[in-house]
Amino acid sequence: MSQFTSLTSKVVALPRENVDTDQIIPARFLKTTLKAGLGDNLFADWRYNPDGSPKADFVLNRPEVKGYRVLLAGDNFGCGSSREHAPWALMDYGFSVVISTSFADIFRNNALKNGLLPVRVDPDTHAQLFSLLEEDPDVELTIDLASRTLTLPDGRRVSFPIDGFSRACLLNGVDEIGYVLGMGDKIANYEARTAK
Amino acid sequence: MPALDTPKTLFEKIWDAHVVTQEPDSPAVLYIDLHLVHEVTSPQAFDGLRQRGLRVRRPDRTFATMDHSIPTRDRDRPIADEMAARQVAQLEKNTTEFGITLYGLRQNAEKQGIVHVIGPELGLTRPGLTIVCGDSHTSTHGAFGALAFGIGTTEVEMVLATQCLLQRKPRTAQVRVSGSLAPGVSAKDIILGIIARYGISAGTGHVFEYTGEAIRALNMEERMTVCNMSIEAGARAGMIAPDDTTFQYVAGREYAPKGEDWERAVAAWRKLPTDEGAVYDAIFALNASELEPMITYGTNPGMGIPITGKVPDPAALPELAARTALLKALAYMGLRPNQPILGQPVDVIFIGSCTNSRITDLREAARVLRGHKVSPKVRVLVVPGSVQVKRQAEAEGLDRVFTEAGAEWREAGCSMCIAMNGDQLEPGQMAISTSNRNFEGRQGKGGRTLLASPLTAAASAVTGMVTDVRTMAIDKP
Ligand code: SF4
Repeated sequence: MSQFTSLTSKVVALPRENVDTDQIIPARFLKTTLKAGLGDNLFADWRYNPDGSPKADFVLNRPEVKGYRVLLAGDNFGCGSSREHAPWALMDYGFSVVISTSFADIFRNNALKNGLLPVRVDPDTHAQLFSLLEEDPDVELTIDLASRTLTLPDGRRVSFPIDGFSRACLLNGVDEIGYVLGMGDKIANYEARTAK
Repeated sequence: MPALDTPKTLFEKIWDAHVVTQEPDSPAVLYIDLHLVHEVTSPQAFDGLRQRGLRVRRPDRTFATMDHSIPTRDRDRPIADEMAARQVAQLEKNTTEFGITLYGLRQNAEKQGIVHVIGPELGLTRPGLTIVCGDSHTSTHGAFGALAFGIGTTEVEMVLATQCLLQRKPRTAQVRVSGSLAPGVSAKDIILGIIARYGISAGTGHVFEYTGEAIRALNMEERMTVCNMSIEAGARAGMIAPDDTTFQYVAGREYAPKGEDWERAVAAWRKLPTDEGAVYDAIFALNASELEPMITYGTNPGMGIPITGKVPDPAALPELAARTALLKALAYMGLRPNQPILGQPVDVIFIGSCTNSRITDLREAARVLRGHKVSPKVRVLVVPGSVQVKRQAEAEGLDRVFTEAGAEWREAGCSMCIAMNGDQLEPGQMAISTSNRNFEGRQGKGGRTLLASPLTAAASAVTGMVTDVRTMAIDKP
C-alpha cells in the first residue's frame, strides 16, 4: 500500500538517456529476498570504485544531495528488465519522484505500485529543468499529484500525465491487490464461464 | 458497441477473451492463464501472501523454475554463493508451502531450465493464452500467438493471489518482415535489425505483432528469438499468429491437450490470427532480404550495425544528447569511431540465454564449430537453456563438438547473460554474446558485450575476433 500526495524537494540531475535497470541496480544485488537495503547499491557501478570507495564525480556522492527526493533523468528511464528492485532501490535510497521525458512500461508500472511517482514532461520543460539546475543546483520543485502539476521555482506550473486510476490509488493509498481480491466473485464467474 | 464482425487483431482477440471486468475509468481486470515463477522476482511476493494470510488462487496454473542465480557447474555440490543458496531454498520452501510445481535443482530436475525455454518445451506455452512472469523476456512466449509479458514483483503477488492483473489496454503495432533471409543471416539478425532501425523505445506502450513472409518461414525456436527481444525495442509483448508450424511444435508435449481436446484446441487456435482489415496503431517494417548478420557495438541493444559495417562516429551526429550518449558508449566499449567491427578481438564467447539456447541454436553453433578449434585467445561458454535441451544436444553429439573444439559445456541456466551466478566477464573483457542485453556491466562489472547470433558467435570463437560467418566454409544445415 503506497501513497503519494505532494512534495517539495531539491533535485538530483542525472543527464543520461536510456538509464536501464541494470544501471539502477546491477543484477548481482538481486539475490536478496528482501526489499529493504537496496538503496545502498543504487547505481552501484556508477557510484563506487572497484574497491568500494565512492567515485567523487558521481552526482549521488556529492554530500549536499543527501535527502534530495527528486531525480531528474534523461529519456526512456528504466528500460530493460522487470526487476521491481529498481524502484525499491530508488525509494530505499530516498527518491519519491523521477522526472523524465519517457519511462519504460514495466518500470513505470512498478514505480507506481510502490509510490514512486514517474513524472513525464515534454522535451522543452525537460531541457529547461536541466539548465535551471545547472545555474542553480539548489532549485526546489514541487510535485503535486492531486493537481497533476510540477511547479518550477518561478511559479510556473507544468502539468504531467497520469491515469485517473493510478492517481486515485496513490492519493488514497489504495491497495490494488485488495481491490482485485474484492472481485473474487467476478473472477470465479469468469473461471466457470471459460472452463471447458 | 462495435458490430460483431469488426475485424480484430490477434492481440485484441486474446485481450477481449480475458477481460474479467472493466470498470469505468479503471484498468481492465485481465485473467491470467499461465503464471511462470522464478527465484529472483518471487520471494517478496510470497512474503506478501503470507503477510495477508492468502493462498495461491490457482496453483494448477502456476509453475516455477530456477534459472537466474543458480550456478551452471558443480551442480552436485551445494551452491557456494550463500545468498543464491538462500534464494533457491526460499523458492523450494515457497512452492512446497503453496502447492506449486517446481522444476528445480532437486525437484523435477530433469526438466529445469530457463523459464522461457521450459514453458514452450513442456507445452505450457500455447496459442491464445495470457502468460505472465516476473521477467521482461516473457515476451518470448508470444511466438506461439499468446499474449505474454513481464511483470514486477507486486504484480506477481497479485497474480498469485487473484490469477488476475490490472492492465490498461496497450496499443498495437504491426512489425512486417518481408523477404527472406540469406544464408548466414538468422532470426537474431531480424530482431537486432528491427531494434537498430527503430530504437529501444519505439515499442513503448505497444504490443508488437510480427507478420510477413520472413516470419512465416521461421521455425518456432527462431520465432521465439524474435519475440524474446521485443522488450529491447520497448514493447512489453511481441506476438506471432499461430499456424501449422506452431501446432506441430506444441503437439504431443507434456501439457499440450491430447485427443479430442487437441482437435478442439487447434480449431480454436485457427481463429486467432488477425482478421483482414484489422487496424494497428503503428506499423514498422523490415526487409529480411536486405539483412546482413547484425552485431551491436554499444551499450544498448539499439546500437547495432551490419557486421561488415563500421562503428558510428559521434562527430557525425547532429544532436548533442545522441552524440554524448554515443561517446560514452564507445568509451565504455573501448571501440573507436569508424573502425570496422570485423576483426575486433574478443575475449569471451557466450552462447546461451533465453534468446538463443535452444536446440536449433546449439545445432547452428555446432555446425560452425564442427572440426574447428576455438581460438586460444578466447574462452567459449556454451550453456543450454534447459536440461532437456542439454540431453537432446548430448544425444546428437553436439556437446562433443563443443568440447572437442575447446568450448565449455555447462548446465542449464541464465549463466553469463546476467552475471549473478558466478559466470561473468572480468572488467574490461569483451564478449560476443547470443543473449539480449549489452547494458554496461550486464555480463559482469566492467564487461563489454557485443550481441550477435549463434552463427556469428561460433564463427568468432574460431578466430578470436568478430567474424562474418559467411566467409567460413561450414556444413550446410
Ligand atoms: S537468460 Fe538472461 S534475459 Fe533470459 S531470463 Fe535469464 S537472465 Fe533474463
